[in-house]
Amino acid sequence: MSALEVRDLTVEFPTRRGVLRALDGVSFDVEQGEILGLVGESGAGKSMTGAALMGLLEPPGRIVGGSIHLHGESVVGRAQEFRGRHFGMVFQDPLTSLNPLKTIGAQLIETIQWHFNLGAQQAELRARNALAEVGLDPDRLNAYPHEFSGGMRQRVVVALALSAEPAVLIADEPTTALDVSIQAQILDLLKALCRERNTAVILITHDMGVVAQTTDRVGVMYAGRLIEIGQTDQIINRPAHPYTQGLMASTPTLAGDVSTDLYQIAGSMPRLDAIPAGCAFNPRCTHVMPKCRSERPPMTGGRACWLEATHD
Amino acid sequence: MSIGQRLYQWWDSDFFYAFRTSPVAIVAFSVVMLLFGGALLAPLLSVMDPFDMAALNLMNGFTPPMQPNAFTGDTFLLGTDDQGRDLWSAILHGLRVSLFVGFSAVGLAMAIGISLGLLAGYLGGWVDALIMRVADVQVTFPSILIAMLIFGIARGLLPPEARNDFAIWVLILSIGLSEWVQFARTVRGTTMVEKEKEYVQAAQLLGLSRLQIMRRHILPNVMGPVLVIATITLALAIIAEATLSFLGVGAPPTQPSLGTLISIGQDFLFSGEWWILLFPALTLLALALSVNLLGDWLRDTLNPRLQ
Amino acid sequence: MLSIILSRLGQATFVLLLVALVSFSMFRFVGDPASNMLGQEASQAEREALKDRIGLNDPLPVQYARFVGNALQGDFGLSYRTREPVADMIASRLPATLELALVSALMALTMGVLLGVYTAINRNGWLAQMIMSTSLVGVSLPTFLIGVLLIWVFAVELSWLPSFGRSGTVDIGGWTTGLLTLDGWKSLVLPAVTLGLYQMTLIMRLVRAEMMEVLRQDFIKFARARGLSERRVQFGHALKNTLVPVITVAGLQLGSIVAFAIITESVFQWPGVGLMFINAVYYVDIPVMSAYLLLVGLVFVVINLIVDLLYLAIDPRIKSKQVGAGS
Repeated sequence: MSALEVRDLTVEFPTRRGVLRALDGVSFDVEQGEILGLVGESGAGKSMTGAALMGLLEPPGRIVGGSIHLHGESVVGRAQEFRGRHFGMVFQDPLTSLNPLKTIGAQLIETIQWHFNLGAQQAELRARNALAEVGLDPDRLNAYPHEFSGGMRQRVVVALALSAEPAVLIADEPTTALDVSIQAQILDLLKALCRERNTAVILITHDMGVVAQTTDRVGVMYAGRLIEIGQTDQIINRPAHPYTQGLMASTPTLAGDVSTDLYQIAGSMPRLDAIPAGCAFNPRCTHVMPKCRSERPPMTGGRACWLEATHD
Repeated sequence: MSIGQRLYQWWDSDFFYAFRTSPVAIVAFSVVMLLFGGALLAPLLSVMDPFDMAALNLMNGFTPPMQPNAFTGDTFLLGTDDQGRDLWSAILHGLRVSLFVGFSAVGLAMAIGISLGLLAGYLGGWVDALIMRVADVQVTFPSILIAMLIFGIARGLLPPEARNDFAIWVLILSIGLSEWVQFARTVRGTTMVEKEKEYVQAAQLLGLSRLQIMRRHILPNVMGPVLVIATITLALAIIAEATLSFLGVGAPPTQPSLGTLISIGQDFLFSGEWWILLFPALTLLALALSVNLLGDWLRDTLNPRLQ
Repeated sequence: MLSIILSRLGQATFVLLLVALVSFSMFRFVGDPASNMLGQEASQAEREALKDRIGLNDPLPVQYARFVGNALQGDFGLSYRTREPVADMIASRLPATLELALVSALMALTMGVLLGVYTAINRNGWLAQMIMSTSLVGVSLPTFLIGVLLIWVFAVELSWLPSFGRSGTVDIGGWTTGLLTLDGWKSLVLPAVTLGLYQMTLIMRLVRAEMMEVLRQDFIKFARARGLSERRVQFGHALKNTLVPVITVAGLQLGSIVAFAIITESVFQWPGVGLMFINAVYYVDIPVMSAYLLLVGLVFVVINLIVDLLYLAIDPRIKSKQVGAGS
């Protein structure tokens, strides 16, 4: 049994123009100590998956089907009990993630005392340790968020997210808002801390470089569906789904020839109110078959595609 | 874009559609129109000239609404006051005064505000700094206080025997001068944005004078927000007028407004003649509330960012 | 830190001097002070003599300086109407106004914040929506009409509370207070509610809008993601961040209570400085008007100053920014 088991997760938003299906039958597992990347274009449902796991969907969005189990316990409908203590989360922008009017110490200690029955002194000790673990000076407990740089603030955010020792950490574009030079530091920090604590990580990103550098496995999302999932090496080097192939071909690599134009997939991802029948990718797919337009391909062997697996 | 085109755009598209589909806007607009109509047609609709002392019959005093008077047998829709004045007629005439003062004051505030706003925004520099500092200091104080001060000063400058004759104009002046800041700030902001745009710079290159550029190119672009502010200011001006008149430092006894009528009505609360207070008060409330609702709706529809 | 306070004090003094200039111009140029002081019957010679004596023939800057100097010593001249020293008139009426303003400000602030927070948190609840609709009527209702309607209901129909005046006052070292007796409180209730209602509505709408804005921010989402309960997030994180911007506007709103007190005092015949002012406007009693203007100017400047300093104390960002810029 995996640590986290997500099965057929489906999220809908009722709107004036009808019900929008933002996540459609998403299934995946994550093991303790494993880092799973979720990639896709914006609007593909990566962040929505994270919000659904946390129970933090913006109303009127809600989970209408499927299940989430953490170590065999069902999470759907009880997210509040799991938040913080079992599921931690790191958001994209460290500049806005921290309460500007409270010292980072106050925010750390508040979270620690919320989850553990600790006295003021013990909680403070723990908060100092948490800062030290993310590479910050423990004496800066009394500093306000604005006194830190962006990269340091994201360290504080990581410390806060991990302060209650969650089993699963969801990191939603944790480095997108940071300078390139800082990105690698934060990713290394996340990776090291999670390996050390055996935390399962879901890393949401659109950056293939981040994926290659950090993750063990990758799931590719398109129009609210998971269309391919597998070992990072395999997804990057031998993608099976035509969309993933296009995605990889359109990603610049250091080894690639700079003079050639990058590949571009024709068209754009459909809006949620206009997802085609069958495979959601079929209007843009170069291998499209009649079956793709009528029947939705099931996830088999790590990909949801009607193309014969022999082709790779 | 010309004013005509802009107007056509409004009526043709979202604006009119939004109006038709908003019950609040329709009701508020109807109430406002009804009250405007009543005020305009006051001489035709009223049964007597309420301020012609010769037409009053003291025997008719304190007649309750819809009941015949004990002595004369006359019946009045909304009753009469202590002097036998028909309240229906008095309210219509009072509404006339209130709306006249309200509209004139908003007109004055708009004229001052738009001119100063255009000047400040277009010329910049020390003109801008001076106008905006004055505006800053003025808005620190509530406009009703400013209006009272101006009213007092203007009265002081007038000879005592002329004070009543000019009271209405002094009232318009004091409310108008106390409400210009919002117009000036908005117009200035828009002007500063517009004057950097290419068509204004092109007009400059063509040799149009500053005045022409402001009138023809910048003014039409600020009309939307100005309309919203004007409506909201109208509600404020009506309330300010009623307040000043209620306090006895507004409309003169010879030309009572709704506020004056309410202050007369207050005197008879304890003796049980409730109608003398209630009907003018309801009229004022209906007027202020529907103009306010209309203003709110206009703001949300025309310019959601203006808050 | 000290330099910020000093610069704020400097600005405050400048604004006060400006208000004094307006006040002085009123005193000097509206009507003829000399004939107003002596009455219409005085001869030209008498008037000239008085002008010389009180310095009306001096250069204007000298007169202005003297005006400010006198004001600083609490000398605002004599009322044209009552011939009393204006300072004495103000001193005897100020307690009534300050107690009224303080009680209604307190009411407006506490009720406004409570209702604002309640309507923001339960924005889809029926009670919250009812409060919001009522508040729209509230902002359209002129203050004086609220007062008159309250008198009608609570004084005339129910006879629970007095309809006018200030009773049950106790003199404590020159300060007459109505806060020590039941009668005093009874006569205070209606005026205080009248005066506070409008401000309460404004503060409530402001707090609601601001809190809903704060609740949408990322750090709130992150606080929820850390497992804190909704209540803890609302009161531990959103509330303080809501109140910081609200302080400025609410502070200024409370300042305008002093001005709106004119209306309330007039409705309830409350013997405060507002009633004195409106009578002065009516009778064109310029010295009283100009002294009142100075007084209100002082109140506003002091409130502004307090708001600024409070802001400084609450928001750590401003402090370091200013210090950083200053060093």
